[in-house]
Amino acid sequence: MKNLVILGAGTSGTMMANHLVSKLDKKDWNITIVDQYKTHYYQPGFLFLPFDIYTEDQVKKVGKKFIPKGVNYIQKKIEQIFPKENKVELEDETLQYDILIVATGCKIAPQETEGMKGENWHKTVFDFYTYEGSLALRNKLRDWKGGKMVVHFTEMPIKCPVAPLEFVFLADSYFTKKGMRDKVDLTYVTPLGGAFTKPKATAALSHLMKEKNIKVVTDFNIERVDNEKNQIVDYGDTTVDFDLLVTVPTNMGDEVIERSGMGDDLNYVPTHHTTLQSLDNENVFVIGDATNVPASKAGSVAHFASETLTDNILLYIAGKPLKEEFDGHANCFIETGNNKALLIDFNYKYEPLEGTFPIAGIGPLKLLKESIFNHWGKLAFRWIYWNMLLKGIPIPMVSRNMSLKGKKIN
Amino acid sequence: MDLNIAGSRLDVTEDGYLTDLSQWNKEIAKEIAKENNIELTDKHWEVLNWIQEQVKSDVALSIRGIKKSGIIDIKEFYNLFPGGPLKISTKIAGVPKPKSCI
Repeated sequence: MKNLVILGAGTSGTMMANHLVSKLDKKDWNITIVDQYKTHYYQPGFLFLPFDIYTEDQVKKVGKKFIPKGVNYIQKKIEQIFPKENKVELEDETLQYDILIVATGCKIAPQETEGMKGENWHKTVFDFYTYEGSLALRNKLRDWKGGKMVVHFTEMPIKCPVAPLEFVFLADSYFTKKGMRDKVDLTYVTPLGGAFTKPKATAALSHLMKEKNIKVVTDFNIERVDNEKNQIVDYGDTTVDFDLLVTVPTNMGDEVIERSGMGDDLNYVPTHHTTLQSLDNENVFVIGDATNVPASKAGSVAHFASETLTDNILLYIAGKPLKEEFDGHANCFIETGNNKALLIDFNYKYEPLEGTFPIAGIGPLKLLKESIFNHWGKLAFRWIYWNMLLKGIPIPMVSRNMSLKGKKIN
Repeated sequence: MDLNIAGSRLDVTEDGYLTDLSQWNKEIAKEIAKENNIELTDKHWEVLNWIQEQVKSDVALSIRGIKKSGIIDIKEFYNLFPGGPLKISTKIAGVPKPKSCI
């Protein structure tokens, strides 16, 4: 018997278990998935939880429900990976593997910025990238009387890079609906050169910030959070005052990657861009937020990658060359507030373009344009996530590689 | 889009960043620096080399990376490339500016 071990039962790991259970011969292969946490969170829902659009129950389920029969599910902490010895040490046992899939994701590291996880953490300084942070923020917003709200992200790469923008748009709608928009001063603070950074998106969307009366501070590289003055301070000594700071801290890969000596500076595993094989060990494959590939860290990217990776695992087992197929494809709905959303579809090579999706010339979804239909798409996605995506069911008409059909290139 | 800088025809983005690092040379760097009112010193070159190495090895550029680079501290980085040090240094180094997905 041979062993395939998947580390992490988040979006990527769960999808890989579901793909592989029906593809690997049960006579020859044991599949094991390891994750110490019992709860599977629908992370895109953390954007909606603070605004009372989703409830707690809509963003979490018991992870076990999504692990298929025939896969051995171990709920233990992963201590260390020993890639040279083909083994993984768990808290009280050691697993040998023939093939390893690393799907350990990434998470916020507020401790990387001085003062961020200080005395005001989850009091006036919040994240919304964890269940706890998002819930604490909801409770804060329910009776917040207004003031300066600053929405900020620390540095790239972050999981779902559009989420801070979506947050500020939804905040505008939320306070408008509550009849208190005039009491809230909204500022978006980014380390990048603009709220939008790609030429087509900048041209199509820059008006949104002005329309919604959101101030933008660019090129802001945070040095520290000043908990006495309620300011964020950047290395160039610029400061921004806040009454309520909603920040996305530095994102880093899991500590187990660091303990195993397998990652870069941010604990991301060096990974081949198009095959998803690790660069250092040929029987180790990496998927989702754990990789260092220059694709967005997002569930849709992991979904498309999982299809290529499944094929490549089978090719690897058969001793055949791997497909250099994965193109960094991402397909994401972006909430813009007032029950509207954008849809973007892009990859390593092409920036988000305008057009129609998934059917060229028809749609019904519009790319890089606000529409109510796109917003329904985003809300419908929660059902798709739990019922199709995690189970590895292909989404109809959306192919793993990005298609240029229906897109305006110039 | 293409652009002529220092006698070379270059592929650039709409905001003037080279799209192919192999087209880059030191003369081009000096020209782009001049447009940003920067006279390149040895320290500048050291930083530019470091940036190119990071990009070649797929490491995302950020201020924390500069802090850990061991070749320059952040205040010095701001002094060398005033007004948006990452944005300007990447342009001179011929690599993509740090960006998001939209």
